[in-house]
Amino acid sequence: MDGISRFILDELPQALGAANRLRLERVNPMKAFGRFFKDINRNIALLLMVLPATIWFIFFSYLPMLGTVISFKEYRVHGGFLSSIIHSRWVGFDNFKFLFSTEDAYVITRNTLLYNIVFIIIGLVLAVAMAIVLSEIANKRLAKWFQTGMFLPYFLSWVIVGYFVYSFLSYDRGVMNKIVLAFGMDPQQWYSEPKYWPFIIVIVFLWKSLGYNSVVYLAAIMGIDKSLYEAAMIDGANKWQQIRNVTLPMLAPLMTILTLLAIGRIFYADFGLFYQVTRDSGTLYNVTNVIDTYVYRGLKTTGEIGMSTAAGLYQSFVGFVLVITSNWIVRRFNKDNALF
Amino acid sequence: MASLTKSKDFHRLTPAWNVIFNLIAGLFALACVFPFLLVMVISFTDEKTLAQDGYSLFPNKWSTDAYSYLFKAGDQLLRSYGVTILVTVVGTAISLIFISLFAYAISRKGFKYRKFFSFLAFFTMLFNGGLVPSYIVTTKLLGLGNSLWALILPLAVNAFYIMIMRTFFSTMIPDAIIESGKIDGAGEFGIFFRLIVPLALPGLATIALFNVLGYWNDWFNALLYIENPDLVPLQSMLMRIENSMQFILANSNNASLGTSVLQSMPQDTSRMAMVVLATGPIVLAYPFFQRYFVQGLTVGAVKE
Repeated sequence: MDGISRFILDELPQALGAANRLRLERVNPMKAFGRFFKDINRNIALLLMVLPATIWFIFFSYLPMLGTVISFKEYRVHGGFLSSIIHSRWVGFDNFKFLFSTEDAYVITRNTLLYNIVFIIIGLVLAVAMAIVLSEIANKRLAKWFQTGMFLPYFLSWVIVGYFVYSFLSYDRGVMNKIVLAFGMDPQQWYSEPKYWPFIIVIVFLWKSLGYNSVVYLAAIMGIDKSLYEAAMIDGANKWQQIRNVTLPMLAPLMTILTLLAIGRIFYADFGLFYQVTRDSGTLYNVTNVIDTYVYRGLKTTGEIGMSTAAGLYQSFVGFVLVITSNWIVRRFNKDNALF
Repeated sequence: MASLTKSKDFHRLTPAWNVIFNLIAGLFALACVFPFLLVMVISFTDEKTLAQDGYSLFPNKWSTDAYSYLFKAGDQLLRSYGVTILVTVVGTAISLIFISLFAYAISRKGFKYRKFFSFLAFFTMLFNGGLVPSYIVTTKLLGLGNSLWALILPLAVNAFYIMIMRTFFSTMIPDAIIESGKIDGAGEFGIFFRLIVPLALPGLATIALFNVLGYWNDWFNALLYIENPDLVPLQSMLMRIENSMQFILANSNNASLGTSVLQSMPQDTSRMAMVVLATGPIVLAYPFFQRYFVQGLTVGAVKE
């Protein structure tokens, strides 16, 4: 993240200053023009290097950003991309008004936020705890095996995870119903019982992400200067005191950065988790519909392009504000922990 | 003796706590691997036993029917494998070229427009146009619907990887190397490919592995853009057979395999066999590459 912080702190003001100076100096337009071409010429090789990805950014990032203008229009297909956008009727904030007049807007915002808040808090606590557990295990080879095992889910797609979950929750064959029966209770139609899904979603999320996150924290623990522990031991600190007074404070910057990244993405849900793992079951929508699945269904199944784009823009805009705000708050406390 | 154990206590956990820690980590690791084991066992279970007893880790009767059926009627599986491998290889190559060139250029202090292009990439991490406009640009403007490019291009560039590579270039590559290349009369591209790339291989390998994983596991772009069964990648094929194996048979070129095969096909077990075959390469390979995935994130997140 150093590159980003350096960019915002040092380079941006410099660039603005340079632009100002340029404006003052520009007495002779022809001369400035000539200098511009000279600069281009001098940097031509490096400009060619950034060209492919720049073209990619234009088509896959910046044109879609312009395309959000659809959310202020009643979208009608009318020839190609540009002419469709131009010829669609301008409706101002109607799409947004309509979106927020439905209960959907409340449900998807609530679900997205609540799930993410739970993910962030429980995820952080468990990942750090598991990293400490792994680092303290006496048999290092065994610890390495555990680490490899819990890393597996990170490498699997949500489609595969969906199959895994199905092998547990299938009504007539699944493992869960067998367990339920063994305890003398009635088997459940898991995929049409909304009340269980908040738990299932959280468990599946933690199952998939905990291994990766704890390995990341474990790497940070391994990087802690051993002399700090020795100093603590000389002061008579036992293992628990060492964890509380050395390990945790040393992990604090990484915890802040990763949590900050997660808060910046708190308005974004993992589409695969809410679409594949739930098998897109309609009866569960009340507890599994999030902004991302709502936008997708608007595009592909219900065809409400305008409202779907509006929901997407709502997501991007609030997400943007959240990143900037959370970063600003952290910077006020500790510049080093901020993202940029 | 007593003093020895006491001093040891400072270093280590007490044996009881060590056992507890081992149990915690071990049980969770087991829980992470367990579903894959279960699915593997299901794929080797006899279909009738499955119908009677449900999914179980210790089936009464084993069988390899699922796999032999897949070899007979599984040309869809082969095709999907081909699509996934092609997309992964081409996509990773394109991605590496685009990302490393861009990241290298903006890491060069002498590059006059580096701030502008850094911001161009960085801003996409903060804001995006969302799904619908991207979908419309990809299908309407670029006309990529139902083409392999729709699986390759959307994942090709990623600002986060660019930032990782930029940090890598600006911290790991000394300016003197670039200077020495210039003195030898090499052009910028010559310097990049002959001098920089060999030094940057560890960083490039990390990005390449992230890409391989991303392409191999991608089903979202196929869900959005691909309808032609010939172009369906592995993960997307697994989605399509979730509810019915019909997809496999409907698209089989082998006309002699008619409805009889569909009826006699061990549906549940062959579905799980597909899951095993699609996941197999990753499960076998990841233990050897896992450290790169940890590195990637820490290189990006750790400040100088």
